[in-house]
Amino acid sequence: MSKERIQIAPEFFDIMPVEYQDLVSKATYGNEERGWKDIGTSKELIEEHSLCAGCPESMAFRYILASLPNPEDTVMVGSTGCTSLVFPHVALHNIHSLFGNQNAVASGLKRALTVRFPGRIKDVVVLAGDGATVDIGLDMTLQAWFRQEKFTTICFDNELYANTGGQESGLMQKGFVAKMAPMGKSFDKVRLPEIARESGCHYVVNCTVSKPSLVEKVIRNAVLIAREIGPTYLQLYTPCILEIGKDSMEGLQEMRDSEKPTGRFAFKEYVSEPAKQLLAELAAKNKERKEAAKQLVS
Amino acid sequence: MDSSSLIGTKNRKGQVYTDTAIMMNESPRTPSFFTGSEVIKEAIRRASIDVMIAYPITPQSEAAALIGELFAEGYIGDYFRGESEFAVMSQCAGAAFGGARVFTTTAGPGTMRAMENFPMWAGARLPIQMIVTCRGINSPLSIQPDTLEIAYLLQTGMLVWHAETAQDFYDWILMGYMVSEEPDVHLPLALCCDGFFVTHTKDIVELTPADMCLPPYDPYRSPVPCMDMECPPVRMMRDPFVMKSNYISYATHASWQQEVWAAVERSRKHTIKWLNGLIETENVDAEILIVTSGTAVSQGREAIRLLDEEGIRVGLVKIKTLRPWPADEIREATKNAKYIIVPEFNVVGWMAREIRATIHDSERVIAGPRVCGGMTMPPEVIVEEIKKVLGIRATSFTGRG
Repeated sequence: MSKERIQIAPEFFDIMPVEYQDLVSKATYGNEERGWKDIGTSKELIEEHSLCAGCPESMAFRYILASLPNPEDTVMVGSTGCTSLVFPHVALHNIHSLFGNQNAVASGLKRALTVRFPGRIKDVVVLAGDGATVDIGLDMTLQAWFRQEKFTTICFDNELYANTGGQESGLMQKGFVAKMAPMGKSFDKVRLPEIARESGCHYVVNCTVSKPSLVEKVIRNAVLIAREIGPTYLQLYTPCILEIGKDSMEGLQEMRDSEKPTGRFAFKEYVSEPAKQLLAELAAKNKERKEAAKQLVS
Repeated sequence: MDSSSLIGTKNRKGQVYTDTAIMMNESPRTPSFFTGSEVIKEAIRRASIDVMIAYPITPQSEAAALIGELFAEGYIGDYFRGESEFAVMSQCAGAAFGGARVFTTTAGPGTMRAMENFPMWAGARLPIQMIVTCRGINSPLSIQPDTLEIAYLLQTGMLVWHAETAQDFYDWILMGYMVSEEPDVHLPLALCCDGFFVTHTKDIVELTPADMCLPPYDPYRSPVPCMDMECPPVRMMRDPFVMKSNYISYATHASWQQEVWAAVERSRKHTIKWLNGLIETENVDAEILIVTSGTAVSQGREAIRLLDEEGIRVGLVKIKTLRPWPADEIREATKNAKYIIVPEFNVVGWMAREIRATIHDSERVIAGPRVCGGMTMPPEVIVEEIKKVLGIRATSFTGRG
């Protein structure tokens, strides 16, 4: 979809909802330079959200939506959980169907869009919590990777079931005392980033969302690699401040504390050989484009 | 894209997109001797399917694999094997959300495993077609014909049709999309048949020409937005009603459920047109009627013939659609009947329950004979049941040896 598709007939402009007017006049659709720095200066794909005050997920949502390289042709797939409270506010086509089936839905969706729009780019991005990705939906998460489905999987890892009130999840740390783990969790945090690599993902990142520039970089890489090569996986720490006993202002610090070099969310990135080649090509093209623009100015 | 504008043009296999009424009702038919599975393949060859997703489970595996051959030949947009029926039905949902015409097949335990998807399909208004080749679902393991799974499908908000023969199957697969995809319906269709009896036996089926196919699905006739970012991405809700405890959220959910069921009812007029009625009747002025669906109808026909030889006249009501449920039609057809015999291929007798809940004087309903777990239902068993009702002493059939 191009930006022209969302134009409003001039006669009706003044009676359209203000959000829609704003979307038409200020959306960053089609802007190849779009990124987290647009937040607050142009129309965002999300405004209000219905998460808890200070929830790091809300930051993650903003950064991700600002960083998608091709939002005008991106469809997102969610799952049940806190994220499903946010998606109805997001100005992108997005699908919620069941709990845990997000990678199966995305597989069918991506294939349908490929059949229907040959030669056109249609990106599919999955965004779901850790319960959906690693526990109830693990089968479908992995099988989509085995099949080399060309979409990005983003897991908001808050290390528990937040929306149902803080129960143990597979990505929870060992020993953490939670609902349904009254004696403390008895096994290690599932090592999904490593499993993702072994399952055929071409780009895998494990990090927090404390730095918007980093989120922007990994989102762009993940979407572009998925578009051209195969599955990509991002595991982003979005702590549930409510369930780990923190205040609204403490989410950012919690992420910073856990991303130290020895922390469980120290930045880790895996890039497959074909993906490395693609990123190098894209970087070269980008450089060329910027230099051409510079010469045009001078 | 308005798909009717493509009528008369050719697809990449050289088939002509044909007005469905002309293709089904006016074009020449060729008699062919095929198994039910092969008949499914031949219908799908002509159905302009964008995406088919397969998974092995007896007795639908052969049909699902044959459609893979169609994909290899270039008749289907995309095709793959999913990892379980739950995943497959979710993959079908994703493809339908993305605007594809979607087809899949399942059976028995697969239907049960996938069950969470079906009310989601209906609620999301996805016009997916799913063939259900019914088989046993309970433990101990059985792969044999048994229609118990249909009882579960009846409450999902899907259209549910029950084919008797391979010919029904062939025609209804193609006509099914025409009903499912109507803007005022736009619901998934579970097209059921009795496994093995229909899928694995050969029958003469009148096929439409292989060089004609259905007009493609037009996702922009859907009553809900197609998730392809080709139309403005409105924020769907200012205030997500999920999990909100207020009247508006309850009212929203309630009215949407009612709308789904209203859409099932609205499918009646289209279904009556394509299937020539929701029921089919023979001699309904008789005192005794056999009323049922699926291959139990075929066994009923044979029982009627046997009884006729003895001078006992029995009429027949074949129920083609279970959802929408032809309540008025059944009431009218059974108004003179003294006894309503309901033979079924399942242990619980869901069809008899449905009929009892529909007609006046429901004690007229004889809930049986019933077989299950793969047992066949010889027409003599139906004959015996009818004679028992009439107080005629019959040679015991079931008690033999």
